[in-house]
Formats: sequence, C-alpha cells, structure tokens
Amino acid sequence: MSLEDAARRAVEAALAAGAGDAEAWAERSTSRDIRVYDGRVESMSDAGGRGVGVRAFAGKRSGYAYGTDLSDEGVAELARAALEAAEVADEDEFAGLPDESGVSDVDGLASAALGRWGTDRKVELALEIERAARAHDGISQVENAVYSDAEGSVALVNSRGFAASFDATQAWAYASAFAGEGEDLMTGLGVGLGRDPEALDPKAIGDEAAQRALALMGARRPESRRCPVVLDAFVAASFLGFIGSMLSAEAVQRGRSLFAGRQGDEVADPALALVDDGTQPDGPGSAPFDSEGSRTRRTPLIEGGRLLGFLYDARTARKANTETTGNASRGSYRSPPSVGTTNLVIEPGEEDLAGLVRLAGDGLYVTEVAGLHSGVNPVSGTFSVGATGRLIADGELGQPVRELTIASDLVSMLRAVQAVGSEGRWVPFGGSVKAPPVLIGEMSVSGS
Amino acid sequence: MTLVVPELASQVLERALARGGDLAELYAEARQSFSLSLDDGRVERPQGGRERGVCVRVVQGESSYFGYVDGTAEQDLLRVADSVAQAVRGEARHPAALSAADRRDGHPIRVHPEEVEARRKADLLRACEERARSAGPEVAQVRLGYGESRRLVEVYSSDGRAAADDRTRIRLSAQVVARRGDRVETGTDTRGGHVGFELLEEDPEQVAENAARRALTLLDAVDAPSGRLPVVVGNGFGGVLLHEAVGHGLEADAIQKEASVYAGRIGEQLAADFVTAYDDGSRTNAWGSDGIDDEGTPTRRTTILEDGRLTSYLYDLLRARRDGVESTGNGRRESFRHLPVPRMTNTFFAPGGATPDELIGEVERGLYAVSFGGGQVEPATGDFVFGVSEGYLIEGGKVTSPVRGATLVGNGIEALGAIDGIADDLDIATGYCGKAGQTVAAGVGQPHVRLRELTVGGIGT
Repeated sequence: MSLEDAARRAVEAALAAGAGDAEAWAERSTSRDIRVYDGRVESMSDAGGRGVGVRAFAGKRSGYAYGTDLSDEGVAELARAALEAAEVADEDEFAGLPDESGVSDVDGLASAALGRWGTDRKVELALEIERAARAHDGISQVENAVYSDAEGSVALVNSRGFAASFDATQAWAYASAFAGEGEDLMTGLGVGLGRDPEALDPKAIGDEAAQRALALMGARRPESRRCPVVLDAFVAASFLGFIGSMLSAEAVQRGRSLFAGRQGDEVADPALALVDDGTQPDGPGSAPFDSEGSRTRRTPLIEGGRLLGFLYDARTARKANTETTGNASRGSYRSPPSVGTTNLVIEPGEEDLAGLVRLAGDGLYVTEVAGLHSGVNPVSGTFSVGATGRLIADGELGQPVRELTIASDLVSMLRAVQAVGSEGRWVPFGGSVKAPPVLIGEMSVSGS
Repeated sequence: MTLVVPELASQVLERALARGGDLAELYAEARQSFSLSLDDGRVERPQGGRERGVCVRVVQGESSYFGYVDGTAEQDLLRVADSVAQAVRGEARHPAALSAADRRDGHPIRVHPEEVEARRKADLLRACEERARSAGPEVAQVRLGYGESRRLVEVYSSDGRAAADDRTRIRLSAQVVARRGDRVETGTDTRGGHVGFELLEEDPEQVAENAARRALTLLDAVDAPSGRLPVVVGNGFGGVLLHEAVGHGLEADAIQKEASVYAGRIGEQLAADFVTAYDDGSRTNAWGSDGIDDEGTPTRRTTILEDGRLTSYLYDLLRARRDGVESTGNGRRESFRHLPVPRMTNTFFAPGGATPDELIGEVERGLYAVSFGGGQVEPATGDFVFGVSEGYLIEGGKVTSPVRGATLVGNGIEALGAIDGIADDLDIATGYCGKAGQTVAAGVGQPHVRLRELTVGGIGT
C-alpha cells in the first residue's frame, strides 16, 4: 500500500465524517544509528517508522490527530478524532488549507549511494572517526563517535486536489573528544553531514573534535571586558537559528518577536545577508513542497542590513494579506504544521577565520555557547549566555577561556557585525543553518 | 489490556537470541495523548495521538543491538527480532520462561483524563486566561497549554522478567507576557504529575495567576548585577540546579566513560554534612515517577548524597551489570523508538532545618534566584550555566528589587561545596529533560538552598 493511498483514504474518511476540508501527511522511514566506543560497537539500532497525521477543518475550526495505524480502520479513526478535536477549538477566521499548492524542483534530496553501504562499512566509518580523534596527543577519551543515517518518504494529500510525495536521505556523524582530566577536562565536538556516508570525511570529523578540545586546554575565567568577538560557525549558526525563529510571521503576529513592525528597517550591518532557502540541494531542511503543500522557495530575509520580510505559511500569510513563503513546517507526522525555517543561510563574506581574528585585534573567539534558549529574552532580544573559547591578542588566538558570559541584545549584535567569514558550513543545531564565522565589533564579556 | 501476550514475547526473544547475546528484551508500548492550547485569546491546536509499537534489544558483552517497529503485528515483531539477531555474532541461547506481565500500581489515578470531556479542558484554559488577565492591565499575552498522556508499557526479557506499567500524566502550563512601554517581561508556571485530572480540580487558575504575577513583577526589574555573590535558590523549579549540575554527572553512562567529574568519588565529602539528596522514581504521583522503569525494574528511592557524602550513581541494567551492582530503576526511554539510558526520575535535596527567611536574612548583598528559564551543563567538567527567569536582589537581609538578565555560571562540585543552608519547604516541579536525543518527564525540586558564593553574569556591573 502506498503512502499516498493511506493519506488519500484519511482525507476521504475525514470528509465522509463531515469535515469541510482535510489534509493528511503520511510518512515512512528507516534509520540506522551506530555508536562506537573504545574501538568497538557500543550500540547499533535499526528503526522502521510509519505514521499519518490528519488535519480536519470544521468551518473555521481545525483539529489534528496522528497515529501509527495505517489500516483503513486506523486512518478512519484518526480522521474522526481530528474532526472531534476541531469541535473543541475556537473559530479562527484565517484557518484553512493553502489557496494555492505547488511543487518546486529540488534535485539530489535522495542519494542511491546510501543503499550501497552495508552495516560493516558504516561501523568502520564510525571507528575511523574515533581513531582519528584519538591519534592526537593529549586526547584522553572519545566519549562518543556516532554515525547515523535515515531514508524516508513523505506523501501529502488534501481535499483541494493536492497529492504529492518525495523521498530524501540524510547521513551524519559526530564525535565528542576530551582533553585533560578532572576539573580541567575540556571537550570538543566534530560534525559532518550529507546525503549519504560518502559525503562524510571521518578523519576531518575526528580531527575537528580533537582540535576543538585541545585548543581549550588550560582554560580559565578571563577578566570582564567589552571587546570585539568572533563567533565560530557553530556559534554563529546557533544565534542565527534563534534569530530565524523570530522572523517567523507566527512569532511576529503573536507579538513574540522583536522584529514585529520592523519590516524595511535597518536591523543589521550591511555586511550581513540572511536568506531562508528550502530548495538548496544539500540543505538538510530542503523539500519540494512544505508541510501543507505550498512550493518551497528562496526568501531573502536580511539584505544590505535591511529586514526585507518574514516567513509565512498559508494561515499567517492570509492574516497579513500576503503570500505564503512555503514555510509550513513539521517535525514529523506527530505534529500539525506551523511556521518554521527550512535552511537558513548566512551569505559568506571575504575573510577567512584568520582574517577575522586579525581584524578583531584584541578580543574573544567563542567556540561554544550554553543556555542560548533560556538566556535570550525573545521579545526584547536581550541575552546573557555562557561561553567558552579563546582570547584574541594582537590579532592571534591566545589564552583559552571558560565560565564567562557574553551579553548584548540581538539587534545591537546584528548591527555590530563587522565582517562575515568566507567559510560557510552546514550546522545541524538550531535548525538547519549554513553559517560562516562572524566578527562582532563589540560585546560585553563577563568573567571574574 | 495486554499488548503482547507472553507466548508471542517468548517467541520473539527466542528469535532475538538466535545468534547469541547475554540478554534479549522486548518492550511494547501503547500511548494515547491529547493536548490543547490557548493563545491570542483563542483555544487552538487540539490534537490527539494514538501510537503503538514494539522494540527489541539484544545485549552482548558491551554492545547493544536494537530495532523497533510501529504496530504490534506478530510478523513485524518476528522480523525485527530476526534483523536485530543478524548483528550478533555467537551461539544461539534460549530465553527463560515467561509468565503474564505483572502490573505495578503505585500511583493512584482517581479521574482518568481521557474520560473527561474535551470541552471541560478548553473551559479550564479559558478560566485560566481570565485569571491571568485580571492580574493587571499590563498583562499583554497569555499562553496556556494542557496536555495528558496515558502509556501502557510491557517489558519481557530473556531472564524471565515480565513487568507492565500504566502511566497517566497530566500537565498545565502558563506563560504570561506583561508590557509597560518598551519593557516586556515573561513569567511562567506549571502544575503536573503522574496523576489524574483531580490535580486540576483545585484552583488550576492559580497556575496562570502565578505566571502573571511573575511577569508583572519583572516589569520593575533592574539589570542583574554581575560578579561573585551569595545566591539563595528558590524551592521547586530551583532544583534544576541540582538536576543539571549534579544529577546528570551521576548517571552511570557518564560515570563509566569517565565523562563526569563525579567518577570515582563515591564516599567523598562533597558538601556540608547537612546536605542530603535523593533520586526517587517511586514518589507517589510525582511528575517523574513510574511504577517500573523502562526496563521493568521497580522504581525506588536512591540516596545520592547522604550527610554531604556522595553515596550512589544512577543505574540502568546494562551499566549496573558492568559495575556489579543492582539497577537503581533509572533505565528510562522516551518511547519504544529509543534505547534505555540512565536518567533521573525526581531528583531533589532533602529538607533542612532553616526557614527561607532565615537563609535570606543572613545575606548582606546577594541574588535570590527563584526560578530558572532553563540550564545547560557539561557533565564532563560539571560546568553549568543557568538563566534566571525570576530573580531579586538581596540587600541587608531583605529581598528588594527584581532583576532581569541574570545567569548563574559555575561548576557542580564547587556549587555543592558552597551550600551553606537548606530550608524546610521541599517542593517538586515538572521538568522535561533532554539527553541522547530523548525527552522524558523529570521532576526537579528542592527546598530553598543557599550558596555561599557563585558567579552571577548579568547585564549590569
């Protein structure tokens, strides 16, 4: 039985139960996760998931139900549950399926190479990451070297005639290396991702984990200061992921974004350009259509320092009297669509990392932040987060530092961007973000 | 209700051990859930879920092999068992005989939430909104969430274990935004437990009122100070500090990889002799409680700190076997889609003899951290960072101005050693804990606790 059939039967069942409109998202996936430790397999898992989520509309009310039973009775029961749920909701004049659906051409979402890799080769890849990290003098431990992949299919059908499906694959690996011991132990993370294991470079991932840990050896708490700060790609991606979530029209319309009412304003230094792009072939968040059947696209958000617009799904677009940007998103069939980023991309600049550090002169290089999501006030944008990294002295990386906090507010930080690095990379935290390192002219650093 | 009958479970375990293994386990789960929110003055996002699935695990030596499938169809279960067995290298073994799963019943549910009409839940959110709005004209936004779930769990293993659990959880949460000119502040509160709808029969609106009061208070907040200061941490959600900075470091997976500052330190005096702390998954109707853990071990109270000495780590079956001890009933998983890992249940400091006023009264200048917006810790070093979501200055032994933007930065062992007072007002709050890609309900709690000195990062100086 095809996924599209299951979704179609769910939609028909919802209409038969009395829904005015209905939509069903069905998915099937298999995934593999291999963890190695100390030269052997610590755990290996093989997973097969499938499920369907049904959105039913009763007039201007909507409800959702999801489940793992794709049989005729199973989807019919979900369709009824979705409709019953809708009856509890209050009316929402903007609710409804998209007025226009569509599909973009996005190549390369699924790689056939994944299927050619047997389990033994994947185990070997994870072991190679561990060996690469351990090969560095001073590495005391590799806590985890992990290889994961997933292949999945998705089908979306709605009562306005939309029916489409796509397949995608993803492979990623990471390792966490330790340097030093006891209370002076420092950790470093190495990451790689792609559509299949051939896109992963195990040595590079292991080296990165080791080098990031070793670079922090002997870290101490610095003195408080105001200074230029270079955010590495991981940290820049975390901040931009957070900013991206505030550029959702949902956050804006509900008064939960500091960017509300600032469309057209200068919110950043002209050096910074940010786009959301759901069509990048190598973007983990790419797809031909969004979670409610609108075509995905490229949406410039910040350009020349100005805020150009927000991210919309059908509902928020209707409310703002504009068009959807194809940003209806859902984690899985277990949640109804809501506005989310696809792939956030910071357009790369001219300088490599060494160049940014030179430009900073005397300052701080941040390689890790902690507590970002609790540390930022989403409405005012003020934040104070824990950080780890190295001091910059005379344009060179110097003394490692830890247990410090960096504080600013998001708009001041965006306006203080001085240069954007040239080396962009995909970072799988804070959503899917492609970020280079970024130099911020001044931030407040609090230590001892 | 039985999800998988013992006869089928035996067959699955037999197949799972076809190529050897020290232990095979089948975990089956049926989950029914319902949630609803109120936002922008409207009841919205009503949703229900019905999931059912099974996973199979084979442990051989130091390795675990695992597979899961949605549904409980016989042929799917046997296929998963075969596929997991494929990864194992050894001689076939035979599982012990299984009896019917024994169900634990430690957490009475008076009113099953799924039997309460959905409209009543919607009305409850509306009443909460009204209470929050009535707290003052500066209340700008009210966001409420209601969630319930019921999980039926069965565990069968090749050593003859057959256990079951019936878990009902319910949670109400409120987030209120207050606005005055350009100032915007957020307050939150929650109430929840491993308990039925009766939890929300007595003044549920109080949750919304608490959140509103916090948001309004913060409108008068001054920028937090920074530097080394004495800190009094509030009861209830203040226990996040213990959870993050100590508890994660006691989970046996981190210990065995020496990825924890607490490794090899059992018996050491880490805190003053009046400091005792527990992890207690058997605490009646508490948020992080269950009848059994997700490996079928009955939950229990484990003393982690006794009179300031470190007394125990938190174990699942796999790590317990490695250390030659018994599981402490901390093998938990988010769902049948996950391998169990050692996780906290309800983790809290035992009450002391002081009152909160006495703790505060002895502080000349410090921070009163009532509640945290969340936190993060590096278990390997114990370094932590917490955002203080509700905090006040302490000046001359009195709580004075509210502060905003404060963070606590420090180290777990340093913080334990800095405890110089514990009050008598234990309370446990409802947290969600993420680890190894899995989120589980975790109770965090404590009475008021005072730390002699900690690094406070703030916006002010």
